[in-house]
Amino acid sequence: MQRKAIFNNKLLPYLLLAPQLAITFVFFFWPAGEAVWYSFIRQDAFGISKQFVGFENFTDLFADPLYHQVIINTLIFSLAVTVLAMGLALGLAVLADRHIRGKDGYRTLLIWPYAVAPAIAAILYIFLFHPDIGLIGRALKAAGVDWNYTLNGNQAMLVVVLAAAWKQVSYNFLFFLAGLQSIPRSVLEAAAIDGASATYRFRTVIFPLLSPTTFFLLVINITYAFFDTFGIIDALTKGGPGNATQTLIYRAYIDGRVNLDLGSSSAQSVVLMIAVMALTFVQFRFIERKVHY
Amino acid sequence: MQRRHILLGTSGLLAAPFIAPSARAQGRTEIQFWYGLGGALGERVAEQVTRFNESQPRFRVNANFRGSYVEVMTGAIAAWRAGTPPHIAQVFEVGTATMMAAGPAIRPTHELLGEAGITLDPKRYLAGVRGYYSDTQGRMVSMPHNSSSAVLWINLDAFEKAGLSTTDLPKTWAEIRAAAQKIKATNAAEIPISTAWPTWVMFEQMSSIHDVGLATKANGFEGLDAQMNLGAPIFAKHTNMLLEMQREGTFVYGGRDGDGFASFPAGKAAMSFNSSAGRAQVQREAKFRWASVVLPYHGDVTQSPRNGVIGGASLWTLTARNRTAEEYRGVAEFYRFISEVEQDKWWHHVTGYVPLTLAAYEASRAEGFYTQNPGADAAIIQLSRAEPTPNSQGFRLGGFVEIRNIIQEELERGFQGQQNAETLLGNANRRADVVLRNFERANRR
Repeated sequence: MQRKAIFNNKLLPYLLLAPQLAITFVFFFWPAGEAVWYSFIRQDAFGISKQFVGFENFTDLFADPLYHQVIINTLIFSLAVTVLAMGLALGLAVLADRHIRGKDGYRTLLIWPYAVAPAIAAILYIFLFHPDIGLIGRALKAAGVDWNYTLNGNQAMLVVVLAAAWKQVSYNFLFFLAGLQSIPRSVLEAAAIDGASATYRFRTVIFPLLSPTTFFLLVINITYAFFDTFGIIDALTKGGPGNATQTLIYRAYIDGRVNLDLGSSSAQSVVLMIAVMALTFVQFRFIERKVHY
Repeated sequence: MQRRHILLGTSGLLAAPFIAPSARAQGRTEIQFWYGLGGALGERVAEQVTRFNESQPRFRVNANFRGSYVEVMTGAIAAWRAGTPPHIAQVFEVGTATMMAAGPAIRPTHELLGEAGITLDPKRYLAGVRGYYSDTQGRMVSMPHNSSSAVLWINLDAFEKAGLSTTDLPKTWAEIRAAAQKIKATNAAEIPISTAWPTWVMFEQMSSIHDVGLATKANGFEGLDAQMNLGAPIFAKHTNMLLEMQREGTFVYGGRDGDGFASFPAGKAAMSFNSSAGRAQVQREAKFRWASVVLPYHGDVTQSPRNGVIGGASLWTLTARNRTAEEYRGVAEFYRFISEVEQDKWWHHVTGYVPLTLAAYEASRAEGFYTQNPGADAAIIQLSRAEPTPNSQGFRLGGFVEIRNIIQEELERGFQGQQNAETLLGNANRRADVVLRNFERANRR
């Protein structure tokens, strides 16, 4: 059957697409375009005086050694959050996929953290890890550990990574569990009959069959670590101590909204945009090849 | 040209329905007022506005809580860019330079009052408060609203336990340090000294009290080309002392902004520094005897400490294209109302902020408010004990929020043991100068 016959009118398809395109334009392209435009401008907070400065906002940014540190922070943070959140979730999902008593309740409970707002999650972690008022923090100090994440940069990074990963575990868990349940039992049984051990089965059968899910979650988790962890960092450490937990998105927020330096903040947003485009490209180009659908 | 950023545009759209239909409802002129004080203090602001609305039939102020100080300021600026700003925005003191440089966006208070035919003598206001919000000709640009100063909070029970006098309290840093060492030696408190607002207390206040500029050009009052002055000996001396005290365990860093104060009302810290507006919290939570006294000074640097500087916020009148004279008149009337002695006194008593006017201070003293609430006048004494000098009248530094954070960050690196006082101050000075230069370039007209 010829599809073309349905739309004789050349305008109609565009008309039908128009609402979607309008939304995409107004909510995505326009703001993104404004950010790109602002990144070439120096202006005061009120936008009263504006001056085109070319790439100056970008050169200033990359000349700042602290920005280099922020890039490194972001890489460490994103990698740690992704590995931790996905690893834990996969482990939990494999356990929950077994035939255990009360597994429905167990699964439901594991999903709870996802519903916790980032700021609340951060408060929970303060009550756990704060050196003076935190449960674990005080226990660590009592055990002789020099624990104070308000002054120790590595400890601060550890706490924000834990809090950010904890929030994402539930989401990953849901998808991994669904992925595990969609693996045909017959394949696993065949492998078992062939004498493959549980770990061997996991490595050669389950994990490859799970790869579409894993790949999807990888993209989602990296994006999460890059963009959605701002609330946790703000409530827990405000990027400190020093600049130890400042990430790209947090710095863009501080420079734009607190320091009212729209030029630099826009330049940082553009850098982030390019980074994510590159990241997504690499993921789809190179990692997706290894994925079995 | 007024370019509309999409985000700014949306906030304007959101704000518009609140303004348009309600304007002139019931024949009253509506005045929008955005503020950034939450909790108990926010309730007091709402009460202050209600008092004004009930005092006259002509104007109606709508007080709107818009989140933190930062959120009020960015929100108001975004709304101005979108053409729908509130009439009044409460802006914290560190935002003063940004607002002052905003030329056409603001209506200076002296102009506003002049047009409304209201005369408010600037001399009526506390010197330390007035100076901070005035231009170089001494005319008030914004309206003082809630001002505090940093004071020293002392846990008297801990002092007694350590065998220290509870009446002859320490006045200099040397005495403070000696007391802290004794508290540590006798284990009278877990933390001998902590502080809230590290930059405000340890740099801004110390600069003012010792009459040394934090920056050149009278701390930026005389021009956008000011440069940081952290190379001055007093900052090295003070930072070195803090780092030493941290190493010997007499000073414990408790985090940025207000975080470091939590240990005081909890009874863990024997001494702490915080805004005088922390009084309500201490009154409510502290289960021990306490005192609040003026900030210590370095006795070997000066024998006559100058005034401290204020913290808090002031009210800024924002312009809009379609704003009528009647609306400006309403704003002016509101300013006059909150400056009345009775209103000012009430505000001072229920919030813990210092009074705006000398008359309210005198009236409170005559009523015996300070004998019933000892230490409630510490901040006022500190603000008015000397005529402000160019170094102690306040700060007019562009990007001051960022500068405060830079100093905090470098201080943290010092406390981490990553750098000594000289490197710390050098780095802070260099980074803050970059902020000043960027502000200067962005605001050059």
